[in-house]
Amino acid sequence: MSNKVRLMQGNEACVEGAIAAGMKFYAGYPITPSTEIAEISAERLPRIGGKFIQMEDEIAGIAAAIGASLTGAKTMTATSGPGFSLKQENIGYACIAEIPVVVVNVQRGGPSTGQPTSPAQGDMMQAKWGTHGDHPVIALCPSSVRETFDLTIRAFNLAEKYRMPVLLMMDEVIGHMREKIEIPNASEIEIVDRKRPSCPAEDYLPFKPEANLVPLMADFGAGYRYHVTGLVHDETGFPSNSTDIADKLIRRLVDKVELNKEDIITWEEENTEDADIIIFAYGCVARAAKTAIKILREKGIKVGLFRPITVWPFPEERLIELSKSVKTIIAPEMNLGQMVLEVERLCNKHTKIERLNKVNGEIIYPEEIVAKIEEVL
Amino acid sequence: MPSQLVDKYFRAEDLPQIWCPGCGHGIITRAITVAIEQLGLEPDKVCVVSGIGCSSRAPGYLDFNTLHTTHGRALAFATGIKLANPDLKVIVIMGDGDSTAIGGNHFIHACRRNIDLTTIIFNNNIYGMTGGQYSPLTPKFDKGTTAPYGNIDRPFDICDLASGAGATYVGRGTSYHANVVTSLVKKGIMNDGFSLIEAISGCPTYYGRKNKKGGPVDMMQWQKDNAVTVTAAAKMTPEQLEGKFLIGELKNKPEPEYTKEYQKIIDNLKGSDI
Ligand SMILES: Cc1ncc(C[n+]2csc(CCOP(=O)(O)OP(=O)(O)O)c2C)c(N)n1
Ligand code: SF4
Repeated sequence: MSNKVRLMQGNEACVEGAIAAGMKFYAGYPITPSTEIAEISAERLPRIGGKFIQMEDEIAGIAAAIGASLTGAKTMTATSGPGFSLKQENIGYACIAEIPVVVVNVQRGGPSTGQPTSPAQGDMMQAKWGTHGDHPVIALCPSSVRETFDLTIRAFNLAEKYRMPVLLMMDEVIGHMREKIEIPNASEIEIVDRKRPSCPAEDYLPFKPEANLVPLMADFGAGYRYHVTGLVHDETGFPSNSTDIADKLIRRLVDKVELNKEDIITWEEENTEDADIIIFAYGCVARAAKTAIKILREKGIKVGLFRPITVWPFPEERLIELSKSVKTIIAPEMNLGQMVLEVERLCNKHTKIERLNKVNGEIIYPEEIVAKIEEVL
Repeated sequence: MPSQLVDKYFRAEDLPQIWCPGCGHGIITRAITVAIEQLGLEPDKVCVVSGIGCSSRAPGYLDFNTLHTTHGRALAFATGIKLANPDLKVIVIMGDGDSTAIGGNHFIHACRRNIDLTTIIFNNNIYGMTGGQYSPLTPKFDKGTTAPYGNIDRPFDICDLASGAGATYVGRGTSYHANVVTSLVKKGIMNDGFSLIEAISGCPTYYGRKNKKGGPVDMMQWQKDNAVTVTAAAKMTPEQLEGKFLIGELKNKPEPEYTKEYQKIIDNLKGSDI
């Protein structure tokens, strides 16, 4: 069978990717500009024997998705700005209880109700620090419809592999834009399933890590009766007041990501080999950056693009290396400077860093990036 | 019998429990396990979910699939579990604050959906875990650490709230009337839909002390003296019922269950995916 070519919206590609990854359960609450993800899930899931439920709010949406994940289902919830704020406590719960779940945030203008139908990138730091306490974070950021499909699959795979919530940080432009995409055949898609125990039930320790720091996860109902809590707990899952156990647990949770960074981090580079200037951009802004590079290259200005695909954990090493050979890094963002804080922290010893920020609800246009680069040249 | 119950349904290695001496929560937890025993439920297929609070610590001691969630959210987690795997018998334990303050929204919607969850609210009229603040179930004029001059909020009637919101099975027991709790939990589990059992508990440490209710025994005596069975109440005048509360089955009105209704959609769509 040949691959299907379809004209599709980013939000639809997200659902198609989720289904390709094995999603069997979706729970959420409608909010612009993510609503189509709920609507399409409601339509598609019962057709493949999956379940959709519209919950009473976003907190309940992620809670139900986490609960369903414990029975063995691959689950997702999607939202935008205000709903992402509401989900934060239970994102932390999924971190400490080590329950796979995919959380999509189609970013819109904030704070509060802000600009519901306008694109923004204002939640990038919330993705990292939104829930309280030290915790691991994996956040992916697509910049096309096809990439939304691919990264949704990757988000499920990483959630299953590392037993944790994975955030897909879209934006209104990517969510609502339509592009032609070729949907790969199932045989071309890599699918990862959580590792389940096969030992006798009495030998099962639900929070004893394997070599990759991730414990095996039994489905509720499969004969391994165990306890799950958001309190610090020992390897049996029972709450513990031991300072030693607390220290070991929190460090292991964070190390699941820290020590497996090479497996998790991805980025894209374009024209960086000979670049004097690098544009650091992600999401829909990276699209404008690519056009800006074409315009500037025609004028003989050597500009390249560095686009983090995994925004958290941040692709530190490669960006530091690149920063040593360029004169300037320009960081256009649809916020007042969030990911640029990482760029500055890592690269300001090696190069000059310039910000370009917009929070009026408009996209950043290629001409604005061109003008900024010509100004700082 | 008690030790047999402990062997069979408790995680003995995690005992003793954290509750204060004289707390009503242990008695109610035991009454729930007796119901499970009497129904002969397969432990592997039982899931017990709770929120946060003293009451919500109960599942940790029980040898089933147990989930201690976030404050107020137990029913939302439980809804996901039940919908994803309707074969599981899902029991939810919450405190009065947990279920009707921070979790009030999830509570009314779980009732409305009529999803097959058996919910037991351990009502001790106070926030126990955080040290005695007033809850939506603290009677008017009673004291809590955050109501030093008396509580001016009007309390909910949890059973009326559940009935009004659409729960199909509703009943009330107390830690004194533990056998009533057992029989209500049994019927609640057998009801194919959302069941709510209010179990009046005693918190001698905070509610009792703040309100001069005496010790654990006095608080149990109060339950005994003021509870009226539904049958007895039918023969009593409003004057005689003044200041009393009803125990027993308050509603039993089965209606189509949520996960079964969803399954019908799936079945109707079979073969229609392109
Ligand atoms: C989001 C959140 N807010 C507040 C708390 C603090 N807290 C823990 S338990 C509790 C109240 C418990 O009272 P109740 O539900 O009546 O149960 P009890 O302890 O009396 O059994 C509160 C306010 C919390 N854990 N999480
Ligand atoms: S504080 Fe109150 S509710 Fe909590 S364990 Fe003690 S007596 Fe029970």
